[in-house]
Amino acid sequence: MSAVVHMAPRREGAPSWLAPFLMLLPAMLLILGVVLVPLAMTALLSFHSFSSSSGISTDMSLANWAEIVADPYYMEMFLRTFRISGVVTLACCLIGAPEAYIIHRMQAPWKGIFLVITLGPLLISVVARTLGWALLFGGRNGVVNKALMDLGILSEPIPFMFTEGGVMVALTHVMMPFMVLSVWAVLQRLDPRSENAAASLGASQFTILSRIVLPQVLPGILSGAIIVFALSASSFATPAIVGGRRLKVAATLAYDEFLNTLNWPLGAAVAVLLLIAIAAIVIGCNALVEKRYSRMFQ
Amino acid sequence: MLARPGTAGSAPMTADAFLALDGLTKRYADHVAVDALSLDVAQGEFISLLGPSGCGKTTTLQMIAGFVDPSGGAINLEGRDLVRVKPAQRGLGIVFQSYALFPHMTAAENVAFGLEMQKVPKAERQARVSEALALVGLSALSDRYPRRMSGGQQQRVALARALVIKPRILLLDEPLSNLDAKLREEMQIELRQLQRSLGTTTILVTHDQHEAMALSDRIVVMNAGKVEQIGRPQDVYERPATPFVANFLGKTNVFEANITREGDDVKADVGGVRCPCPRHVADSAGPVMLTVRPEKISFADQGLACRISSRVFQGTHWLFIGETPSGTATIVCQNDGVAKPEEGDAVHLAWRPEDVALRASGGGR
Repeated sequence: MSAVVHMAPRREGAPSWLAPFLMLLPAMLLILGVVLVPLAMTALLSFHSFSSSSGISTDMSLANWAEIVADPYYMEMFLRTFRISGVVTLACCLIGAPEAYIIHRMQAPWKGIFLVITLGPLLISVVARTLGWALLFGGRNGVVNKALMDLGILSEPIPFMFTEGGVMVALTHVMMPFMVLSVWAVLQRLDPRSENAAASLGASQFTILSRIVLPQVLPGILSGAIIVFALSASSFATPAIVGGRRLKVAATLAYDEFLNTLNWPLGAAVAVLLLIAIAAIVIGCNALVEKRYSRMFQ
Repeated sequence: MLARPGTAGSAPMTADAFLALDGLTKRYADHVAVDALSLDVAQGEFISLLGPSGCGKTTTLQMIAGFVDPSGGAINLEGRDLVRVKPAQRGLGIVFQSYALFPHMTAAENVAFGLEMQKVPKAERQARVSEALALVGLSALSDRYPRRMSGGQQQRVALARALVIKPRILLLDEPLSNLDAKLREEMQIELRQLQRSLGTTTILVTHDQHEAMALSDRIVVMNAGKVEQIGRPQDVYERPATPFVANFLGKTNVFEANITREGDDVKADVGGVRCPCPRHVADSAGPVMLTVRPEKISFADQGLACRISSRVFQGTHWLFIGETPSGTATIVCQNDGVAKPEEGDAVHLAWRPEDVALRASGGGR
């Protein structure tokens, strides 16, 4: 930094310590304008009160927060949000990590093909991917349900739409590429000879996977889990389409409060609480991971 | 165990061979990586597979280790067929070029892994681990993770990990190639002493001729999947069986020469100078290629005329490049304090007849 400053012609009255700040100014202004100010306004909004007759009044109270904490209706939605996110994260770990390893061990042409197939969905909008599920399992007219019922295998459609299970399945599908990518990145750094070394020392294939590969891949699984959990807990499109109004999560609840009930302060409180909860969980998990692995990988 | 020129699938199976490779072959879709390699290894022997990259030496090692399936041929260890045995059951110790240490385990845990797999009781395990780490001089670093170790230290951990299971054969895949020159030389001496004292049969894969010669009892020189020569380091160096071996193991001079016979008297005519040559190498008369090692040439009052075009000081010795009527000559002489020719000087080159090898003209380099 200082080298750049010295080469540039010095202006009168501009001390050199100011230069880094001046260089960062445009980016800082952008973040301030589009992230921090709206966030602060949302937080401020959550302390205002609302009535259907007079709208939003600019007084300050904890009424909205008390309502969310006290009313089991809201608590249920938060619990559901984190229940869904937890199950989706677990499913992504259990399916995504082996998937990444299997693709990693494939031969040359298939390796690339299957990686593209796995990561390709990232190029398609989340809305389109979720609507695909609705098309397949949406009530009596869903393609799969209709086919199974016409064949006489089922008498009732598979319950998918407006169920927690349906949201979990669709979200797992949407989030899977993030887990595969995260594990893939770690696998690329793995010395393939270490598996051979373990085999030569008498380890069975199972022992190699559990004692040599898994511990080395674990940081990738954990960082993938953090990404998947954060994205699932704050996801809007998939729960909105599969869960709809009947099965609300925190993100769709906030949306409803803003746009349907028009109770902006309550919606703001929900949004801020969701942000705080996710941030706390992610930062906590990350600290745990760092503590556990810093000795090994630095 | 003398040089066996041009062995190709004709090695006699000796009954007491510890490890016997018989016609070992690995074919890939488009090329043959190892072509009918036969080799008998005695117990306690140190063998080097030496050759340029792509000569099949690593593939051979991988077949012995069990990571590559041979397309043909047999591997017998103490009379038992090894090909059908899984790598995990072969009981061989392997040190990889990349060391392949387990990064999530400490040095001691790395070394203990093989013993755990053998279900050695914990107390004995700990004793053997500290014994193995002491053997490679790493007792102080037993709780350190591989990332926090230097290349040389990681190399020692890898060696201890391979040796602690008391392997029937120790396989070394270019273990020293990632170390700097000085450390490599130290490790060579250490490795040699260690192997001697433990008596572990060892097979080393290397492309470094100095390493192969410094460490081995016998060297297997390989080229393009085939064995060029098997023999003691001195034999392979002094009496190379093929032009490839002569060129791969150190520098060599090749002069055009003409053989003349007068009864029992055989002479080689090099650049107009007649010099005696060993009878056994020349059964015919006519044009031949005469090869002689740079360090076997000395400066003399008479002999092959040569003009020194450059000289390079290399510490322990001097390196001269000169032009002769029969081709370029490379001469190496000890830095013994005696005055040496300058660049541009006209000198004469001489050598002893027993240091000369002859081969048919146009035999290729």
